[in-house]
Formats: sequence, C-alpha cells, structure tokens
Amino acid sequence: MSEELDTGFFADWLRAAAAAIDREAAHLTELDSPIGDADHGSNLQRGFTAAQAALEKEPQDTPGALLLFTGRQLISTVGGASGPLYGTLLRRTGKALGDAAAVPLPELTTALREAADAVAQLGGAAPGDATMLDALYPALDALDAGSAPGDAFPAAARAAAEGAEATVPLQARKGRASYLGERSVGHEDPGAASTALLFQALATAYGEGA
Amino acid sequence: MKMLINVPEKVVPDALRGMAVAHPELSVDVENRVVVRRDAPVAGKVGLVSGGGTGHEPLHAGFVGPGMLDAACPGEIFTSPVPDQMVRAAAAADSGEGVLFVVKNYTGDVLNFDMAAELAEDEGITVGKVLLQDDVAVTDSLFTAGRRGTGATLFVEKVAGALAAEGAPLEQVESVARRVAENSRSFGVALSAVTTPAKGGPTFDLPAGELELGIGIHGEPGRERRPMMTSGEIAEFAVEAVLEDLGRTGPVLALVNGMGATPLVELYGFCAEVHRVLGERQVPVARTLVGNYVTSLDMAGASLTLCRADEETLRLWDAPVRTPGLRWGA
Repeated sequence: MSEELDTGFFADWLRAAAAAIDREAAHLTELDSPIGDADHGSNLQRGFTAAQAALEKEPQDTPGALLLFTGRQLISTVGGASGPLYGTLLRRTGKALGDAAAVPLPELTTALREAADAVAQLGGAAPGDATMLDALYPALDALDAGSAPGDAFPAAARAAAEGAEATVPLQARKGRASYLGERSVGHEDPGAASTALLFQALATAYGEGA
Repeated sequence: MKMLINVPEKVVPDALRGMAVAHPELSVDVENRVVVRRDAPVAGKVGLVSGGGTGHEPLHAGFVGPGMLDAACPGEIFTSPVPDQMVRAAAAADSGEGVLFVVKNYTGDVLNFDMAAELAEDEGITVGKVLLQDDVAVTDSLFTAGRRGTGATLFVEKVAGALAAEGAPLEQVESVARRVAENSRSFGVALSAVTTPAKGGPTFDLPAGELELGIGIHGEPGRERRPMMTSGEIAEFAVEAVLEDLGRTGPVLALVNGMGATPLVELYGFCAEVHRVLGERQVPVARTLVGNYVTSLDMAGASLTLCRADEETLRLWDAPVRTPGLRWGA
C-alpha cells in the first residue's frame, strides 16, 4: 500500500515554504534587481506570512481545502504577477485534490501538473522562457519518476534548483525581465528561484516529519 | 540611501494616510487601499477605475476627482494591486452605468485586472477595459511581455474621464479611451537608477557619465546605455523613436514628463528642445503638459509621450478637471 500525505503534512509544507521564503527574501529581491523591479522577495514574504496568519485563524481540514485557501490568500495579498501565478498554482492543486483526507504521491503529482499547466496558460509562458516554469516542470518530472515521497521529494527539490540555475543563460521572454531583451541573459530568474524554494520546502517538511 | 520614510513596509499606507488628510474631497480607505471620489458613484455616469503599483505618483490616486478617475487602487511599490482592491473600487465607482478599467500593460496588472473583471461581473457590474501599451522602447513580439503602459495613461484617464463626465455610455467611453491609447507613443530615458524602499539602494548601477535609453517606470534598465547626451540630443533621440513608430501625424498632444528627481527647470529646457525637433519634423503641437506626472520614485530622467489628437480629443483634453495631480477650468 502506498503511503498517503495528510493535511498535517501539507500544513508542514506550507509552513516550511513560508520559512524558506522569509529566510531567502533578500536574496530573491537581489535576483530581481538587475532584471526586474527588486521586490520579488518582499512580495512573496508578505503573501506567505499573511497566508500563515490566516491559516492560524481558520485551520483547514483537508489537503485540498488547505491549498485552495492558501492560494486565495496569495492572490489577495501578493499582487504583481507572482500573486495570481502562485495563487493559481496552489488553488488549482487544491481543487484537483478534491476533498480527500489524504493523498498518495501519484495523485499529488497529477494535481500539481494540472495546476502547472494552468499557470503556464495564465502567464502565456512556455518552458525555456526563463520563468518559474523552468523550475516547476523539471520538479514535476522528478516527482513522476519517484516511487515514494522519501526519494521523490528530494529529487524534485534538486531538479527545481537545477532548473532555476539553468535559466541563467536564457533570454527572458515573459514578465519584466523580457523588456531587457538580450541583456536579461546571465541572470537567474527570480520566479524560478522561488519555485525551487517551494520544492526544497516539500523535501524539508517530509524529512522532518519522517 | 536616505529616505523620508518610517519603515519600508509602511510606505504605502503612510502615503495614503497623508492623502486622506490633505484631500478631504477624496475618500481614502487606507486599510483596503482604495481611493474614491467622495461623491461616487455619480448618478448616470460611467465609472473610471485605474490602479497599479505605487511609486508613480501622482498617477493613479492623484488623478481621482471630477473629470478624471472615480477610483484608484494603489498596489505595493511597483507591484500591481490585488483583485480584491479592484473589485472594491469598481463597486464604489459603479452607478449602474458600468465601469472602465484603465490598465497598464504589465504582466501583473493584466492578470489581476482580468481576475477582478470576472469577479466584478459576478457581482453584476458591467466592466470595460482599455490596455495601455505606449512605450516604443519595448519590441512588441511573441518574445516579450509586450509594450509597457507609461505616459499615455494620463492622456487616456483625462480624455476618457472628460467624456464620462458628459454622461456618455460605457461603449463610447471605452472607444475614446482605446482611440487615445492607440494613437499614443512614449519613450523614456534615465539619468540615474531608482531606489526602492524594499531594497534601500539603487536597483541597477548607472555610472556617472552614462544614461540609459528606453527605460521603463519601475527601475527596469533600458535597452541601451550610452555616454551622457545633451538635452537637445536626447530630444532628437526620443522624438525620433516616438515618430518612427507613430508614423505621419498632424497635431499632437505632448507630455514632457519627469521621472521624479529631475528639476522642472531641466524639464522645461527639454520641452523646448522637443518642440524644436517636432517643428523641424513639421509636427504641430496642439497642447503641451510639462511636469512630474508618471514618475518612478527617485529616478532622474524624463519621458516623452505624443498623442495624435483629433478635435474631439482636444476638446475633451481642455474640459475641466479637478484632481490632486491635475486641475484646470474647474
């Protein structure tokens, strides 16, 4: 029988994600300076912190409800492009999970992939445009290849980090960095970097819970 | 970098508290970040709603008032507001005649306003939308987020605001807004980088003796960097860039806009050069506005916006307006 991930695990994941973004906020903003408008870290920090505070007041009782609620909070607090994009990622994942009390890995992977496609559609971006998708899709491929959370989550974290690093030589084709044309080459995409943090948090939350 | 602030996280609410006390004719909701004409909704009038990141003052909140916007929603510094703010603004501005969203073409603004339009329509508010994409420095192609909305926003808010004040229906207000947007082009230069409160230092490094051509209004660096040029040379470059894209044109509205840290004396000097170059190109200037209107925090530099202006546009441009940032005839 495959192992299932319960609401407690997803709450740990979101807490770990908020902590990672809090810790790396200055770094994300630094990445956003030469090619964007120097606020990616502070915007996500504000959103994830607000979502944690809202969850404390209104705890959610299924993984789906928890992700849906957090996604809505991000849409309402982050602003910019990151708010709708990250909000949609979590909201659509939550929606796809339905009202199950616990979720096996393959279902989570399928839900995340559905959500990733929604994010790609919303932003009109494709892999290779130097966006968050360049960390997101490699991470999902790693989840697909994994057999259990214990190996799949760390593999996804590595794949996302590598995907983010791989945006360095790319020319940005979406978002504010695209205004720079060729001058956007040589910079890591801040959105890909923050996506890598989400998957790192997934591995951390699982490792600490195990 | 020294800044006249308390803490970076409170820059936006602090400014809104200031607007509230300085402008009792506006209703400023500091907590929900919505600025509305106190007499909104105005019966029988289409509501004009705009919004965007903070840091471009007086755009947009400073253009709320009779003859221009009914409501504005300021986001964080250089960050699009969220759909909740826009829906609240739309509800406050809607008299039943519908509202027009004036949206600058940035990924975040477009995504959030799209979500807001859907939510507002769920609440029974008819929503029209005009997208500003006047910055010729960005190559509009499948490989960019498309042209940025900059100085033309002021033209659209003023002209569409005047038509709405006359009681025109939403389709007409939307159509004049679109016409002004389509007939406007902008080009900006930076003499210094911008300092955001979140970062506390310049967002890019612009050495002394160099300028950045084709900058945006968020501290994004431009497409090209050159050794410093004279005001006359910059005017030639900017006019050329704008006209090359706008094409042949009769009379124009001209906005000579400061980015925030360039003194008016320099802007007027630049304006003289812009007029000289336009004269040499046989382009008559029907109206000129000089000042800091669509700014980028403490950036030094200027932008030029030209709008091909027909008689109706000029009539609506001249109509009375009474807002914190722009007022005449009223």
